[in-house]
Amino acid sequence: MEPQSTQSHTEQSHTNEDWQAIREAVGKLCRDFPDAYWREVDKQEKYPQEFVDQLTASGYLAALIPEEYGGAGLGIAEASIILEEINRSGGNAVACHAQMYIMGTLLRHGSEEQKRRYLPPIAQGDLRLQAFAVTEPNAGSETTRIETRAVRKGDSYVINGQKIFISRVKQSDLMMLLARTTPYDELTDKTRGLSVFLVDMRNIKGNLEVQPLDLMINHHTSTLFFDDVEIPADSLIGEEGKGFRYIIDGWNAERILIAAEAIGDGRWFVERAARYARERVVFGRPIGVNQGVQFPIAQAYAHIEAANLMRFEAAAKFERREKCGAEANMAKLLASEAAWEAANACLTTYGGYGFARDYDVERKFRETRLFSVAPVSNNLVLAFLGHNVLGMPKSY
Amino acid sequence: MKIMVCIKQVPAKDSTLRLTEDSTWIREQDLSYEINEPDAYALEEALRLKEKHGGEVVVCSVGPDRVQQVIREALAKGADRAIHLVADGGSRLDSYPAARLMAEAVRREGFDLICTGLQSDDLGFAQTGVVLAELLGLPHATIIMEVQAEDGRLKVKRELEGGWFQWVQMPLPALLTIQSGINKLRYATLKGIKQAKSKEIRRVIATELGLKAEELAGRQKLHRVYVPVKTKQTEFIDGSPKEAAAKLVEKLQRDARVL
Repeated sequence: MEPQSTQSHTEQSHTNEDWQAIREAVGKLCRDFPDAYWREVDKQEKYPQEFVDQLTASGYLAALIPEEYGGAGLGIAEASIILEEINRSGGNAVACHAQMYIMGTLLRHGSEEQKRRYLPPIAQGDLRLQAFAVTEPNAGSETTRIETRAVRKGDSYVINGQKIFISRVKQSDLMMLLARTTPYDELTDKTRGLSVFLVDMRNIKGNLEVQPLDLMINHHTSTLFFDDVEIPADSLIGEEGKGFRYIIDGWNAERILIAAEAIGDGRWFVERAARYARERVVFGRPIGVNQGVQFPIAQAYAHIEAANLMRFEAAAKFERREKCGAEANMAKLLASEAAWEAANACLTTYGGYGFARDYDVERKFRETRLFSVAPVSNNLVLAFLGHNVLGMPKSY
Repeated sequence: MKIMVCIKQVPAKDSTLRLTEDSTWIREQDLSYEINEPDAYALEEALRLKEKHGGEVVVCSVGPDRVQQVIREALAKGADRAIHLVADGGSRLDSYPAARLMAEAVRREGFDLICTGLQSDDLGFAQTGVVLAELLGLPHATIIMEVQAEDGRLKVKRELEGGWFQWVQMPLPALLTIQSGINKLRYATLKGIKQAKSKEIRRVIATELGLKAEELAGRQKLHRVYVPVKTKQTEFIDGSPKEAAAKLVEKLQRDARVL
């Protein structure tokens, strides 16, 4: 029996013509960047500039920017479909996804002047905002403990400190930065005292050192050292001291988009695994005839479809401006686990060939593992659900 | 310049092809569809001519409701409006009825230029464009690799065989059948997809055009469709190594046509 399309039943209830048109259009663009392109980019640890340029020129990275600022003014579901299709095609949307959700902080909390200055050129692709500097060596998941200081001096802020795992700094003109403006010990509310800045890295005073990290994936992430970096005071987004709240606002969008990328990966693994299981003949029959091969793929498929439903549930709530922290986090948890399950099923199905770079499974296998860890660890998602949704004692 | 582009929806290249039980066509329920490749180039050429000379690009497609997929794609890429000629049969509608439907639907539109793809990727007759030109009384040129429009006239480059080309001058209005590769296709933009929703798609059914069923009956019949049978044949080439090599090269050039 021939396979049914994995554009499945569970999705039909969410599908409309626009979504389908976006899927097809992104799919066509991605077809011009086939497996061999991503394999080569990965091998040489290059940034997929040609792909990102094309995606930008066609307006896909400006999906969430309102029309009045030159974007497409679409919702989080549409944005997530774009990223999903990139990963489903065999590519890696991680290279460019950050612009979509970083921009949200500027959009929601920036002044009108900041939005007018930055959003149109970002939508046009003339300005890149894809670096978000939050994590520090001594403060990963515990964001309120960050130590990088921003001290106001006249018309400037002077920044000193260190950030780690800050991606695409070298492929970005602007960087959103979370820094401490009030010392931790002076705070009664520990969620205050942090501020968000939009740093224009093209015109920086002081010393900002960028040290690339060597990773198991092609991810272009760096350690940053701020040594008396001076930025104009009008780089501040919103009010001083409210930065933690501002970035939390953006986390739900980020979770939904990451879930979509994981779902895209999951579909890629399932499609490849199922095809290989149908075609690879051992002992005179296709290996897919064996339930030991077939069932793990089918199981992963079912889990991907379930995660997909949660993704759209979260997206719908997000669009209605309802609380969606639980759904967005669950979507990310379920999707990253399902993608990892599919990755393992695919690698097992391919056997030794799965380890050969020419089959692309090992590359996607490495790439999809990230979603269980970043941008938030799945353990912390469980801790969030346990405490905030189920009312159990706080464990963190 | 008022330009019409005829676009056909054909089975996607990566579709799994299986034959119907009577082996006269492929099973349509297994298929996904896409725009016929040469038609995509025709659309791109029309959009470029519009960008250079101004005017309007109208896409026209014949087929069931599913062809709106390729119509929407064309609108998203920049076509201004569309005409959907509703007809069952889809891919199996042969060239004459398809051309006849389009001719009657657009006769009064007064297009300066009509572009079609050279041929369709499914049936590959390469006739719809030229039949349409004849029905509308327009001059036409086929297998076009370059289009220059100046002072109400066209200068077009036709692809001939063996690497030869031919430049033809012709008056407007006219019809061109466009060869794949004439230009570089653009991608639909996200804004284009959004704008496409508000563009006009005029649905026309055959009876509205005063055409009777017999006028639209197919003029060709597909008797049998089959998957080419793979065969292996081994041939030993005799002679000295030098002679055998020469014979092998000749066979690779003439029979296998791989050199």
